[in-house]
Parts: sequence; structure tokens; C-alpha cells
Amino acid sequence: MTIRLMQGNLACAEGALAAGCRFYAGYPITPSSEIAEHLSRRLPELGGKFIQMEDEIASMAAIIGASVGGLKSMTATSGPGFSLMQENIGYAAMAEIPCVVVNVQRTGPSTGLPTSPAQGDMMQARWGTHGDHPIIALTPSSVREAFDLTAKAFAFSERYRTPVLLMMDEVIGHMREKVDLPEQVEVVERPGTDVPPEWYYPYEAPGTDVPPLMPFGMGFRYHITGLFHDRAGFPTERQDEIEPWIKRVNAKIERNLHDILLYQLDGVEGARTLVISYGGTARSARHAVAVARARRYKVGFINLQTIWPFPEEMLAEAAQGVRTVIVAEMNLGQIALEVERVVGRQKVRRVNRADGWLITPEEILAAIEER
Amino acid sequence: MKAETRVDPYAYLRHKKKFPNVWCAGCGIGIVLGAIIRAVDRIGWSRDDVAMISGIGCSGRMPVYVDFNTMHTTHGRALAFATGLKLARPDMHVIVVMGDGDALAIGGNHFIHAARRNIGLTAIVINNAIYGMTGGQYSPTTPEHMMTTTDPFGHIEPPFPVRALAEAAGASFVGCSTVYHARELDHIIEQALRKRGFSVVEAVSYCHTTFGRLNKLGTAVDMMRRLKEDSIPLERAREMPPEQLEGKIVRGVLVDRDIPEFTERYQKVIEMAQASVRG
Repeated sequence: MTIRLMQGNLACAEGALAAGCRFYAGYPITPSSEIAEHLSRRLPELGGKFIQMEDEIASMAAIIGASVGGLKSMTATSGPGFSLMQENIGYAAMAEIPCVVVNVQRTGPSTGLPTSPAQGDMMQARWGTHGDHPIIALTPSSVREAFDLTAKAFAFSERYRTPVLLMMDEVIGHMREKVDLPEQVEVVERPGTDVPPEWYYPYEAPGTDVPPLMPFGMGFRYHITGLFHDRAGFPTERQDEIEPWIKRVNAKIERNLHDILLYQLDGVEGARTLVISYGGTARSARHAVAVARARRYKVGFINLQTIWPFPEEMLAEAAQGVRTVIVAEMNLGQIALEVERVVGRQKVRRVNRADGWLITPEEILAAIEER
Repeated sequence: MKAETRVDPYAYLRHKKKFPNVWCAGCGIGIVLGAIIRAVDRIGWSRDDVAMISGIGCSGRMPVYVDFNTMHTTHGRALAFATGLKLARPDMHVIVVMGDGDALAIGGNHFIHAARRNIGLTAIVINNAIYGMTGGQYSPTTPEHMMTTTDPFGHIEPPFPVRALAEAAGASFVGCSTVYHARELDHIIEQALRKRGFSVVEAVSYCHTTFGRLNKLGTAVDMMRRLKEDSIPLERAREMPPEQLEGKIVRGVLVDRDIPEFTERYQKVIEMAQASVRG
């Protein structure tokens, strides 16, 4: 255990390495570039590979290619690059290729405010790429969480054969904090298969929703495509093959919510007011809740770490008996929509900012004290 | 040149699973696939060590038919996927098959940067001068004045010179042939596959279904004959004045040079990084 002063972006990069990331492809963009800079030195030290691609589209493609080659792979970007990556995020979801995409969010739309924080890409994380697809998105609210959740992102992506999005924001990415990082993290290795190549199907295995993905070049010669495909990976237009695929890839997430849903509950029991936040905003929320409690308000706090899939059941339960649910986020109300869907619109009070400035504890406190 | 031996294509094709193919009768893409198979067979690579990556379009469907490690990616991005795979597995032989629209329009940026980087991939650009699968719209290699389904009054943009572009961007090897010259094509592909750096083979294959029909160029067979008439071997082209080469396909190995290959250079970065840690 060593206590260090560390930036969120570096903690993210180190979390990736600890989880076994050995390939990074990216394109420079503020406020994520420190991740690339750090990994350009650290990856080759560990025998891993770093490449700066010609754009974010290529970066996303390259990490999928490297993952098919058997390396745990990651890219990092910010809003404009995240928009460009959507096409191949969909490919990774369709072809079920594990990979991690970090989005250090800045204020959008478009070029927006390049070094100002935002949480405006939360809905894009869910539905940015076309078509119905499963996705996992995590959001850290501290430097330590940036480390932990990046490692978790790799664990989830390998365990469920899916792209995982780490939705940081500029506050967490650029903030320096005192951290003590764990010596070891949970490392999930890609499961192999014990069937011979002629019996191997990349998209079907008995008793699991997540068939093992054998890397290219190991004797399992199969096909990968972004088209709908059968169990062998070959294109299909047959409904009796498409339907089970859709069910399986969604089930592999839904059946494992107990593992995937991460959140921190604080004083939720008996609360009259519930404050929900995530990422950089959760820090202001935590402070506001502490002040409110000192003023004898019964306030519960939830820090959402898994944003997608959305923790519906937990939230429905936590909101029972609560008069007001406050959702604080640096956008015009994206996750508030989900909260409203679960607890009902009447209960929800939104605290929003999308002008590049942090939401202050006072703004959240005002919402708690508002009658 | 090694003596010609007959290749058993069934040893390389997913013939029991995936045939018949999606291509129009008379299409040249299957001839390119045949040439790739003959080239790989002559080199003697194990199918386990070969990956074929494609983008989108008629050419994008090629990998499904061949028993390598195969990946059909997104439109224009095949080279970027292949770059990741090659860097992860430098020991694998990665063949990237693209059409002209795939490689040079939507994927043009990836094409020039893969060439500049000189990563050890072989890019096979099947040039049919048109977007075939979507119905015959103009592409970056459509010659001027030709008719396409998006050129109601004839094409008004100059085409990309594929070979000059690849050379200027930094490719180690640039070759060209046509699907009429099938044996020549496989020998050029063989040389490209053996090259350590980024190699490009332009395989000209006219699309009779759309390009031929819209421009009244006759049947598939007529268009094959046209490939013979429209093309000149490099040796002969060198002796001809430029005005006579206007609109001609110059066949042969146009560039073959030794430039350090990217993954080999990156291996040295790894060695330097590890040495610096050991101090």
C-alpha cells in the first residue's frame, strides 16, 4: 500500500494496467490525453502495445482488432471523439468483442467547452450507436474510483463479452487526490474452450449466455461480422437465429445485474429526501447532504457507479417513503429522466447545470431545503 | 518462379457452409479470391496464421467464403481493425480486402495512414470504379464522363490514381493487375503477401451489372475483354509516351522498396521501455 498524489486520468490508466490491459489505441483530445500519454510509456514497459491512430473511428476499430487478437484493449476520448466511436461501439456490441472505452466528458454539444466538465453524454452512452444493444457504463466520482471502476470495466467486458464505457468527467479526470491504490485488483481472464476447433461456435456454448471468444490465430478459424449472424458467426437473415441472439445478448446483462450494478447508499433508510448523483457532481452532493444532516434534515444519498444498465429495482426500493428525490447532474436532466421513470415525475427535483461550471453544494442544499 | 502446381481450392473454402456466393454471375471478385488462395498456397502459410479482414460492399463479403480467421468489419474501417490485430499479433499474416469506395472514400484516411505507418498488412483494393452493392453510384475511382446512378449527366470528378496515392503515402509495395490476368494477379499478390511492410495490390474488376449496363459496355465477357484491351504491362508502358497511357491500366509491380515495418519498430520501443525500467 502506497499513498500517492494522483490525477484521475492516471488512476484510470493504472487501473487499466492492473486489470491486464495490454493494448491502447487513441487520438489526442482534451481532457483525456493524459491517459494516452501515460500509457504510451507504461504499456511497452509491460510488453503491451500503444498506438496513436489517425482518428477516433480508427482508434475504436483498432482496439476491437487487438481484442480479437487476444489482448485486453482500451481507448479514451471525450465528447467529439465519443461521437465518432459510436459506429464501432455498435460493432463491438454486435460481434461481442470485449473492450473498454473511456469518455472523459467535457461540455457539448459539438466542440463545446474543451476543458470544462460536463455529464452530457450519459444518454449517448446508452443509445449513441444505432439499434437495440446491451451496454454497460460506469461512472467514477473520485480518483480512487477512477482506478477501481476502470479495473471493473475490464472485468465486466471480459466476463460478459461486451464493450464497457467508463464515463468520467473533466473534474475526475484532471483532479489530483491522495489515493492509496490496492496491490491487486480482480483480474478476469478471457475463458477458453475445451472443445476442439471443429466443434467450436463463437456465438453459442452450452449452459452460458457468454460463449468463450477464442483469439484469432489459435486454430479456431471462424467468422466475425457486424451483420446478424448464426452461432458460427456467419451472416443470417433467419428470424429463428436472430431472435435468440437478441434475447441472449440482452440476457447476459440482465441476468447478472447483481454483479454489474454498483452504487453507494448512504443513510437511505428512513430518509425523507433522497439525493442521487454520480461522477464529479456526487462530490458536491455528498457535501450538501452532510450539511443538510447537520441541519437535521433526513437526507439519504445514492452515488450511482453503474449508470447503464440502470439500477431500477434498487432505486424503486430506496425511494419508497421518500417525499422528494433530488437528481444532481451536469446536464439538463438526462439521468433524471430515468429516475422519473422509476419513482414518478412528481417526486423528482432536478439540479442541473450545463454551462461548464460545477454544481456547487449550495445549489444542491437549496434543493434539499426547498419546500 | 516456382513451378505451377494445381491448388485444391476446397482446402481453403468454406464450400460446404457458405456457397453459393452473393456475387453476380460474371463478377471478378471470386477471381481475386482465387488469386489470394493460390498465392497463400504457394507461400505455404497455415490457414490458422492467416487473417482476412474486409469492410463493407461486394468485396466485404469475401472473408465469409474462405477458411482463414475472418472478420467482416464496418465500412472503410477494415485497415484500422487490421492495424489493431496486426499489432496484437505481429506473427499473423493479415490480408485486408476492400473495394474502391471502401478503401478510398470512407476509408481514405485509414488507407493513407496505414501506408505512411508502413504496418505489415496487405491491402487488396478491388477497383470496380463504382459502388456496386448499393446500386451503382459514383466512387472515388469513377473515370470522368462515365454514367453512374448518381451521375445523371456523366461524372464530373477526377478519379484517385490508386497506385500513385499508395506510393506517395509510403507503401512498401504497390502492384496492379486485373481479373482478366488471373495468373499474373496471383503472382503479384504473392509478392505483396511476402513483403514485410504495407503492401497494396489494385485488382481492377469492372462491374458489369451496374457500371457496364449504365455505360453500355456489353456483357460480363465483353468487359473482361475490355480489361485485356485497356491494360498494358509496366515494361511496355515505360517505353510509351504519357499521352498514350491516358486511361490505361498499367499492370505489374510499380513499387517495391524496403522501409522499416511498423510492428518491428514497435518491438524496439518495447525493448527500450523495458531497458529503461530495469535502469
